[in-house]
Amino acid sequence: MELLQRFLKGDKPAIARVITKIENGTDPKLLEEIFPHTGNAYFIGITGPPGAGKSSLVNAIVPKLLENNKKVGIIAVDPTSPFSGGALLGDRIRMNDLALNENVFIRSMATRGSLGGLASKTKDIALVLDAAGFDYVLIETVGVGQIELDIAQVCDTTVVVLVPESGDAIQAMKAGILEVADILVVNKGDRSGADRLILEMKFAFELRDEKINWQIPILKTVAIENQGIEKLASTVKFHKEYLERSGEIEIERKNKLVLRVNELIEEKIKTHLHNYIIDQKQLKKMIDKAYERKITPHYITDEIVKKMFLKKEV
Amino acid sequence: MSKDKWKKKYSKRKERDINFSNLSKIKINPLYTPDDNEDFDYDKDLNYPGEYPYTRGVQPTMYRGRLWTMRQFSGFGTPKDTNTRYKYLLKHGQTGLSVAFDFPTLYGKDSDDPLAQGEVGKCGVAIDTLRDMEILFDGIPLEKISTSMTINPPAAMLLAMYIVVGEKQGVPKDVLTGTIQNDMLKEYQAQKTWIYPPEPSMRIITDILKYCSENVPKWNTISISGYHIREAGSTALQELAFTLANGFTYVDYGIKSGLPVDTFAPRLSFFFNSHLDFFEEIAKYRAARRIWAKLMKDKYHAQNPKSYLVRFHTQTAGCSLTAQQPENNIIRTAFQGLAAVLGGTQSLHTNSMDETYALPTEKAVKIALRTQQLIAYETGVPNTIDPLGGSYYVEALTDELEKLTLEYFDKIETLGGVVPAIEKGFFQREISRSAYEYQKALEKKEKYHVGINIFEEEENVEIELLKIPEEVEIDQKKSLNKVKEERNNSKVKETLIKLREAAENRENLMPRILDCVREYATLGEMCETLKEVFGIYKEPIIF
Amino acid sequence: MNKKIRILIGKPGLDGHDRGAKVIAAALRDAGFEVIYTGLHQLSESIVEAAIQEDVDIIGLSILSGAHMTIFPKILELLKQKNAEHIIVIGGGIIPEEDIKKLLKMGVKRIFTPGAPTNDIVDYIKSIIR
Ligand code: B12
Ligand SMILES: Nc1nc2c(ncn2[C@@H]2O[C@H](COP(=O)(O)OP(=O)(O)O)[C@@H](O)[C@H]2O)c(=O)[nH]1
Ligand SMILES: [Mg+2]
Repeated sequence: MELLQRFLKGDKPAIARVITKIENGTDPKLLEEIFPHTGNAYFIGITGPPGAGKSSLVNAIVPKLLENNKKVGIIAVDPTSPFSGGALLGDRIRMNDLALNENVFIRSMATRGSLGGLASKTKDIALVLDAAGFDYVLIETVGVGQIELDIAQVCDTTVVVLVPESGDAIQAMKAGILEVADILVVNKGDRSGADRLILEMKFAFELRDEKINWQIPILKTVAIENQGIEKLASTVKFHKEYLERSGEIEIERKNKLVLRVNELIEEKIKTHLHNYIIDQKQLKKMIDKAYERKITPHYITDEIVKKMFLKKEV
Repeated sequence: MSKDKWKKKYSKRKERDINFSNLSKIKINPLYTPDDNEDFDYDKDLNYPGEYPYTRGVQPTMYRGRLWTMRQFSGFGTPKDTNTRYKYLLKHGQTGLSVAFDFPTLYGKDSDDPLAQGEVGKCGVAIDTLRDMEILFDGIPLEKISTSMTINPPAAMLLAMYIVVGEKQGVPKDVLTGTIQNDMLKEYQAQKTWIYPPEPSMRIITDILKYCSENVPKWNTISISGYHIREAGSTALQELAFTLANGFTYVDYGIKSGLPVDTFAPRLSFFFNSHLDFFEEIAKYRAARRIWAKLMKDKYHAQNPKSYLVRFHTQTAGCSLTAQQPENNIIRTAFQGLAAVLGGTQSLHTNSMDETYALPTEKAVKIALRTQQLIAYETGVPNTIDPLGGSYYVEALTDELEKLTLEYFDKIETLGGVVPAIEKGFFQREISRSAYEYQKALEKKEKYHVGINIFEEEENVEIELLKIPEEVEIDQKKSLNKVKEERNNSKVKETLIKLREAAENRENLMPRILDCVREYATLGEMCETLKEVFGIYKEPIIF
Repeated sequence: MNKKIRILIGKPGLDGHDRGAKVIAAALRDAGFEVIYTGLHQLSESIVEAAIQEDVDIIGLSILSGAHMTIFPKILELLKQKNAEHIIVIGGGIIPEEDIKKLLKMGVKRIFTPGAPTNDIVDYIKSIIR
């Protein structure tokens, strides 16, 4: 059978292979073929600092999402070593309870180089799982900063996970992670400091006035003991209902498509500029001239961009 | 001549092009002199053997009074197979027993558990019920022999079985001597045989401490083990620091559970590795004794001098042995055994030459035993106590290891102590990094290993191997079934319910476990019962 | 194109010896591979399922417990059942020469034993992939 046919039937090896092809960029047509089959899954982002318990939370919450015969796809992203280009992907260790569940699919991904690129690949792979028929797609990303902001763009519900360990909260606020949170979780509720962190967060959120219609819930969990998980699952479902009921889901998803298109335009222009337009030798000559104050950076820019608009194919 | 003058002379000559450091990455000087032990104070730093701080040894007579116990770790196949091997070892002059259990037993699973498939009797002896323990010690008088058991999460159950075997032989509890490893902290750090999470594990351990201090007073209740930490890849320094930190954590928990320190501390014992770097190992044992004594006195205010003692077993380093040119392993083991004896060990296991191939054959294990008998009876080394005491080098190294160990203690303290540091993966990360660094050091030839990266040979190793027949699993399952048919199943159920209640109500578990054992409850049944109350441990992701 | 070699390092059964598996995993990462580590005490079924979902090129099993003659055949069988025979199986650990011969016949591609330099392992894997 054709790969695509097997894929659409939900065959796991086929899903895995399609992901690989998208990830490696070896089959550009593939995404076009699967796109008509997307739009049915609900995307949940889980993000926060390393070791916060994101994978443990995924392991705990998925059984709740599986109720009523639902299917769940999981993407767990970990950083690539900047030195070797290799990666150690260990999120599955935490998700072993799910490993043999027929209705679950787990895929580990390494960031592979550029951060923007990663976010883009992850979004496409989330679409793959959508097309494959998963009702929920969970995306776990580590670290602090740009990646999760980016990934939040495709998620309907973004769960930000913090832990009582000092520094995380402030760092997260600085990095703007809280801006993307629809639900805030303070995990490791069994550790001292959890309640204080919850208070701090409540205070921080009271000062904000965006997203007024959705009061961001702050939940306490102990992922490894399954505490607070029921509540987290119901809150996610409640957020989903809220979006659907208020009609926000359509607006949000359209917004997200706009953002995605903008992003792809930028990406495309960037690669195009670098790969085809900018003649490095010529650029060097022009820079030398600019250094001698003979031409302006603006002039150089105009020259390059003009050349780009002359091209017809991208 | 002044030292400076000598140094000048020295620096004009060429050194061999190698890295002069030991396995803890401590730089070794070309020469040690009195100024390397500047504040040296004999009474304070060393004192006499059997005297605080015990640097020179824990007894006044050491090996002039009694040699160390020769105790080869062994177990394989069915209880009958292992019983035969024990009798062989005792016949050849071994002076204590040391039981190796198979994987299912180590994890508290029965031989018919799905995860036990293919592992029954392979790496140790299979024990499912009291019946197996009766066969294991058949014809071995428990009042005459001391037995060490390498068992951790199910330690309470195996100890209970041993006690009941004693009862059946007519040996009262207060006569029994031996050791259970029962050191869960290093399991999470290094050996990885775990069942329950750290807190309930610590509770079981303190239950054992309490029960034994009242009922089995000569039993060593915890063997605080650096061996596994080292074998998992740590340096000597990490082995020393982590082991002692674990030891102090048991003391903390014991005190917290309401036991006065002197009621249980005298029964704590230790277990160290003996690795390739000869003097580093000797210094390690000496430093261990001194650090423990000082802190038990100054920090924990123990009054009984027995609480100050690091009494320890040593095993030579399995991970230092090679598949290549396996005969060389006999020689490595001899050096390592010698280091342990020079370091004042109380008992010793010497590894067999076939270490990297399989559990040892009779012949290989006999050579290993003979190796320590040679040290004892031929070398003259045991004729005097701590013969290296006062060596400028060994004393400087002992001081250095002590200093660096205290620095590690501070680090662990800032992480909140040993248990939180385990949860944060601190030890696991330190150990696996050292393991990887050592591997890379070998591949870059910064460290040498004969047969691996120097003096390699093309060879066809012909070596006789111990094979565990697949029938063992079938036989063991059969005898387990037989026990299950013969016992009183409703009694078993009753005792298991009582065990569960004791776990929930924080009652001491030992008496309940003894009841289960007497009714021939299986190890798996008992461990599963406790799992329902205590939950299971999940491994954190650490590289 | 952005292809990386993906390998799953597995510790099946009750065997807790993870020093070697972790050393190998770190060495392969440093050689630029994407290494999926599934942790200790895995069922053969979970290992095979993970390998399929991760679409790895290779499964590398580390077995020091003596259970290799039970586990390797089981993994091979499961791969066959699941139409995933394209995934190559290699391994290492304490495995006697006569068993290695049998395992190679069954379809295990290669077994490394104590003392094997990690460089050799990296080179070997590169040589069989692509
Ligand atoms: C270290 C060690 C331990 C440590 C383990 C620490 C840890 N976290 O890993 C400790 C002390 C805890 C330990 C305990 C036990 N051990 Co042990 N242990 C060893 C020892 C000495 C070295 C293993 C090692 O780590 N070597 C260093 C690493 C880097 O080498 P390696 O694993 O062999 O890996 C190399 C190759 O094999 C290969 N490789 C390995 N895996 C893979 C995977 C892939 C994909 C590839 C490509 C290559 C590859 O490449 C590596 C690099 O060269 C061996 C004997 C020996 N010298 O080999 C016994 C040995 C494995 N242990 C043995 C036994 C019996 C046990 C116990 C069961 C004893 C008991 N009854 O209590 C317990 C079980 C504990 C447990 N939870 O598993 C036996 C096994 C016998 C058998 N299989 O027939 C051995 C062989 C010793 C013996 N002769 O009796 N052990
Ligand atoms: N004490 C405590 N530990 C937790 C909790 N959740 C996760 N952990 C532990 O935190 C560590 C990191 O968890 P993991 O899920 O891998 O975190 P991630 O890096 O955010 O995916 C693991 O050792 C978990 O066992 C919790 O609620 N309480
Ligand atoms: Mg994670």
